Amino acid sequence: MTAGGELVRRSAADLSEALASGETTSVELTGACLDRIDSLEPLVHAFLHVDSEGALAQAAASDARRRAGRPASALDGVPIAVKDILVTEGLPTTCGSRILAGWVPPYDATVVARLRSAGLPILGKTNMDEFAMGSSTEHSAYGPTHNPWDLDRIPGGSGGGSAAAVAAFEAPLAIGTDTGGSIRQPGAVTGTVGVKPTYGGVSRYGLVALANSLDQAGPVTRTVLDAALLHEVIGGHDPLDSTSIDEPVPPLADAARLGASGDVSGVRIGVVRELSGDGYQAGVRQRFDEAVQLLVQAGAEVVEVSCPSFVHALAAYYLIMPSEASSNLARFDAMRYGMRVLPDGVANPSAEEVMRATRDAGFGAEVKRRIILGTYALSSGYYDAYYGQAQKVRTLISRDFEAAFAQADVLVSPTAPTTAFRIGEKLDDPVAMYLNDIATIPANLAGVPGLSVPVGLAPEDGLPVGFQVLAPALADDRLYRIGAALETLLEKQWGGPLIAQAPTLVVPAEAPGADR
Amino acid sequence: MTAPVMSYDDALAQFDPAMGLEVHVELNTVTKMFCGCRTEFGADPNTQTCPTCLGLPGSMPVVNAKAVESAIRIGLALNCDIAEWCRFARKNYFYPDMPKNFQTSQYDEPIAFDGWTDVEVDGQIHRVEIERAHMEEDTGKSLHVGTSGRIHGADYSLVDYNRAGIPLIEIVTRPITGAREMAPAVARAYVAHLRELILALGVSDARMEQGSMRCDVNLSLSPVGAGTLGTRTETKNVNSLRSVERAARYEIGRQAALLASEGSVLQETRHWHEDTGITTSGREKSDADDYRYFPEPDLVPVAPSRAWVEELRGTLPEPPSERRARLQALWGFADLEMRDVVAAGAIPVIEATVAAGTTPQAARKWWLSDLGRRANELGVELADLPITPAQVARVQALVDEGSLNDKLARQVLDGVIAGEGDPDAVVTARGLAIVSDEGALADAVDRAIDANPDVADKIREGKLAAAGALIGAVMKDMRGQADAARVRELILEKLG
Repeated sequence: MTAGGELVRRSAADLSEALASGETTSVELTGACLDRIDSLEPLVHAFLHVDSEGALAQAAASDARRRAGRPASALDGVPIAVKDILVTEGLPTTCGSRILAGWVPPYDATVVARLRSAGLPILGKTNMDEFAMGSSTEHSAYGPTHNPWDLDRIPGGSGGGSAAAVAAFEAPLAIGTDTGGSIRQPGAVTGTVGVKPTYGGVSRYGLVALANSLDQAGPVTRTVLDAALLHEVIGGHDPLDSTSIDEPVPPLADAARLGASGDVSGVRIGVVRELSGDGYQAGVRQRFDEAVQLLVQAGAEVVEVSCPSFVHALAAYYLIMPSEASSNLARFDAMRYGMRVLPDGVANPSAEEVMRATRDAGFGAEVKRRIILGTYALSSGYYDAYYGQAQKVRTLISRDFEAAFAQADVLVSPTAPTTAFRIGEKLDDPVAMYLNDIATIPANLAGVPGLSVPVGLAPEDGLPVGFQVLAPALADDRLYRIGAALETLLEKQWGGPLIAQAPTLVVPAEAPGADR
Repeated sequence: MTAPVMSYDDALAQFDPAMGLEVHVELNTVTKMFCGCRTEFGADPNTQTCPTCLGLPGSMPVVNAKAVESAIRIGLALNCDIAEWCRFARKNYFYPDMPKNFQTSQYDEPIAFDGWTDVEVDGQIHRVEIERAHMEEDTGKSLHVGTSGRIHGADYSLVDYNRAGIPLIEIVTRPITGAREMAPAVARAYVAHLRELILALGVSDARMEQGSMRCDVNLSLSPVGAGTLGTRTETKNVNSLRSVERAARYEIGRQAALLASEGSVLQETRHWHEDTGITTSGREKSDADDYRYFPEPDLVPVAPSRAWVEELRGTLPEPPSERRARLQALWGFADLEMRDVVAAGAIPVIEATVAAGTTPQAARKWWLSDLGRRANELGVELADLPITPAQVARVQALVDEGSLNDKLARQVLDGVIAGEGDPDAVVTARGLAIVSDEGALADAVDRAIDANPDVADKIREGKLAAAGALIGAVMKDMRGQADAARVRELILEKLG
């Protein structure tokens, strides 16, 4: 393995020290990531757009700051991949949709602006299910992303590109967005760490909305500490997002370092009864139970909690999310930006006919399905029965969380009911696909933060299993403490990070891009 | 094309009109409703835009607190309750001038509701009940290029998004019933009253011809005495006080003819045509129109504290009726004079002119006679004439100091309206000042005496009335620019 090859496998925290000490430079590190991307993309397809030139220029600027002794942040110079749903000035942003093909936004999302001002070179934009609608990244208009653990399997979704990029060592860090589990579920199935912060904890300005009341951007990394460091960079109040919380972000990296001691004495851990049992793969349950026992051995107190309304979460989610989405996606009308399709055989098409033809050609089947669902749910005469009722369920779920957090400091469950499934396996069965988010959705409905951390491989298929930690709103630090503790305890057993067990990706000689 | 219309008297003999008025007021905030873009009128197209008001993917709204303040003050001035907690909602429909294809508005939780205001028509008070006043954003402006001037049949269309996102307050009345033949006049008086109120609040320039105040007239007819509401039409684009009255009157006649011949009226949007004085069918509108309203998830609720509301109540201007009574007493106008002033919407301009130093009677004279006529000719409101109260006051001051007489003053006013500059500049440029050069006047008097020896003789004989003929001759000689009283004095001096 080359020096660059070693470099790309290191954690962001580690790289931050290497950059600070002068052991490496951002240009060297960024170049190594770009090389890796170049060689692996034919296999993984984690990226929709790679900005080599821009990333190297930002890396050079970072090196200059480091040389001058004025780094912009601890992560200055550590490259990052950004999900293609966050707008980036001067870089194409497609949201995985044909309808935005060729659109170059004139502005940066707040998250992106914070990455830039912290000095993180942006490697490119990662693949995703179209407008974040999916749990497998198969609904990208630009082809699926492949799971680095098994290229025939899905990397989760909608942020499969960000998770796969990190799992394949193409990037040490990535940004994802999570509406119903799109950060945590890909984290679970790719053996990486993913965090959905408290709703309002990270600005949504410039995040192309799927469902505004549920969306939240967050870190996608290989270690819990890296996630905490990245979360500290992107978190905090933003006056451009009215739903952003005007409170200081609690010290997250400190919480992760505290957890890394492996001591969780006195922490009350609530196992959610409704997020286990039927529908959860045996190996997923096994690794989850083992992880809970490990926490008990490390001093935690375990209680079983019941959240009876969680059984209605999926149904409520599939009314609220499509309702908001149907309205959000109305703006894609070919009038101002993106794709424009003229209808066949119409001599002087009206604006309405152009809109219709463009939306027909520009949106994929899953997007159309959800627009129709949402339009129906909001229609007069149905509103109370669907959207209104779903909002009531949402209130009940929040109350369930309140009651549960009265008994436990954090709640835990498997992140996803199964390990990564095969590409194509669930494409014809939307409901089976939707069920993948059954354990992650309640957190979005209630706005509470959640983390997924790898807890081993399922014995039956050798694929990663994710462990979900949920905390009360604004108590994101608890996620990092528990997550880091589990990570430390498990790595002692494994003799290193789980991701080290991932198969080495070998590029067939004839594959394009292999010989750069 | 033109629909049959029943005579107004016949229509009212058979039907009772009911009206609902929806008035949109563009607030004069410095920035837009949900972003920091400027709101000045008349900027180059699409220069006052940003990701948010263009509805770019990822953009988000932030509520303009100043707009909320204006909305609350309007609500209070209309005797409304102010919501303790209310939300914005999305009104979903597709239109090219609407960047997000939904309008951020308010639906079932308006900021202000359940109010009333009293409107005076010919000395009679009509109480108009206010259902609600809510906040929303304006749309962009479409320009349809082609012979039709409308979207149908246009060669192409241009959209200017400068207007998109400008804060609007929509004020909706409950049905106005029982006004009978006065209905159109009540509609006009209500809009005039509202405009006066808005101007007094200082929250909008309320210029109907520029669209910063727009009125939609909902009107329906029901059989006389039935006490029910018939099928309504909504007439859009009614952009002057006069048009409000005309449009209501026209719809009464048109709907009456339809009800008489076909028994029903189609519920629809109609367009008012200022030039021809008729309405034509717009898109069909039915109660099935489904805007799929739902609370705007990108915004947090607006929850004005009671303390703030009370603080704003303290900033309200005097109610218009009290103000009228006070000013009438202050100015010493007779009831009839005041009624004309009110009908002409001249209170603000007279007040400003008086404030600039003119007597109330002189201010009233200029604004109601000469300037009123010019406003009619130009088809604008008094306040929109290209002359300011300060300029009118200056003209009167020149009259008072003897530099102008009334005839010359009219020419100066014309010059100012024609854009020739301030009164003093017009006087200089047109050479209109009264000649006060005694030598020149004396010469002119001498010339008149020489030219009219017989008249001069009569005056010498003591027939002073004959002096008028000589004064006329002198004034003609001086092209009107002489003080007639001084001329008379000179003539009598020379011949006396």
